[in-house]
Amino acid sequence: MPIIKQKDYKTWKKFDRKRDLQNWLCWFLGTLIFSFCFGLISSKTIWFYVFDSHNEALDLLGRMFPPETNYFLTLIKPIWDTLNIATIGTTIGTLIAIPLAFLSANNTTPSKKFLRPLALFCIVSSRSINSVIWALLLVAVVGPGVLAGIIAIGLRSIGFCGKLLYEAIEEIDENQIEAIEATGANKAQIMTFGIVPQILPAFTSISIYRWDINIREATVVGLVGAGGIGIELDAQIGDLAWAKVSVILLAIVVTVVFSEWITAKIRRFIL
Amino acid sequence: MNDKKVIWKRKPLIKNRLLRIGLILLISTYLLSVFLTTEIDWQRILEGIPRGKIFIFAFFPPDFITRSDEILAGIFESLWMTIVATIVGILISIPVSLGAAKNIAPKFVYFLSRGVITLSRSFQEVILAIFFVKLMGFGPFAGMVTLSLSTIGFFAKLLSEDIEEINKSQAEAIKSTGSSWFQWVNYGVQPQVMPRFIGLSLYRLDINFRESAVIGIVGGGGIGSTLNTAFDRYEFETAAAVLIVIISIVMIVEYTSSHLRKLIK
Repeated sequence: MPIIKQKDYKTWKKFDRKRDLQNWLCWFLGTLIFSFCFGLISSKTIWFYVFDSHNEALDLLGRMFPPETNYFLTLIKPIWDTLNIATIGTTIGTLIAIPLAFLSANNTTPSKKFLRPLALFCIVSSRSINSVIWALLLVAVVGPGVLAGIIAIGLRSIGFCGKLLYEAIEEIDENQIEAIEATGANKAQIMTFGIVPQILPAFTSISIYRWDINIREATVVGLVGAGGIGIELDAQIGDLAWAKVSVILLAIVVTVVFSEWITAKIRRFIL
Repeated sequence: MNDKKVIWKRKPLIKNRLLRIGLILLISTYLLSVFLTTEIDWQRILEGIPRGKIFIFAFFPPDFITRSDEILAGIFESLWMTIVATIVGILISIPVSLGAAKNIAPKFVYFLSRGVITLSRSFQEVILAIFFVKLMGFGPFAGMVTLSLSTIGFFAKLLSEDIEEINKSQAEAIKSTGSSWFQWVNYGVQPQVMPRFIGLSLYRLDINFRESAVIGIVGGGGIGSTLNTAFDRYEFETAAAVLIVIISIVMIVEYTSSHLRKLIK
């Protein structure tokens, strides 16, 4: 905090001159990058539509209200499908994630040179592809429907659960394992009595957390044809039936809030 | 000596027997009802298996060359979109997060900001993107607006939680020097949340890039559009190439951002 002498009084600045210059340079570069990127985006934008968007929005809102409330009854089946996609998908994802996590945790992996990088690669690639892209891919393979959604959600969950689970495995207490080992237990017994009880709480909370996320994601995999309420949303937007679209949006919000409420309940009950 | 063998049995996970059996019954009825209500078209799946094989084989080798122009254009568009959206989103979320911190904002502003955050978090990016594409036309601008808005929900929520946990005495020390409100925020609050702020920004940059791949599918520009076009044309080799590019960029971004975050800590 340098003190600067003006003619007749002293004042202070937060940074000295060098630091000030550095900060200024960072801001300058940041602004430069930002304006460069924005320029590229704006060159691909038809500004007329953007400036007109508030009229469009008002028009859309006008069409959305009042919502067609009796349409809600036809949504019950898609919502049920959405819940199933999330639940079954999470189950499949976690079941596959368990062996992968054991393979990729430093302290349980059977081979550090070959299997661990392979398992880590599976986890990373599952994580980097969004479930909608997985769904897009699977719709092309198994056809549109709930099954594609279930597999997509499952595949996406593997990476997430696998990563968190293997981090939990790496943090376990080695003393407990040693104690089990001292009784003459074999590898499988060490696993079931030494490691599993230690990671069970982490496993439960990870699965619940992922289920909550999956409910949200299951609402959109339908947009590419993979079942659930998203299919209905896509169809009604295609039909320009905005009064029905608003009902669907409301249903999605209610489903998401419900899932948040239920996960909070379960978490308090178990943990 | 006792002849009887002592057998040890593992304690069951749930002690109450009724609850245990009830849970098993509940789960099995649920699974059964799912199985009964889900229509699975086995014919279509059998049909799809060769297509799946073609897709998997498309990865060996993927076709980077035929559509290389489109892939490159898509990647760069996604990158521009991500950078601009992250910056805009963060700039908007700074005031929102100040408003959403209980220890700083008055009640009215607090509820208003929390409302903004909840609103931005309640819909998936893809759904928001559909509407912005409808309102603003196809292209990266709609995608950028979508990403900025969803950044607010994420960023403001986590940052406001950090602001709520600041050390009060430091903030009070600044206040006691007679600082104005802006000086107080700038010298009392901002230095305390800066590490978290930078970490969150990098994390969000990473998320926004991933999401930009999805937003393109519904018309928001970027690499997602390239991917969607490739699928529509059944050009699985190109789609495989795009997927590989996405995975590797996400890996690079994730690795650098986690490295940078460790450096800052």
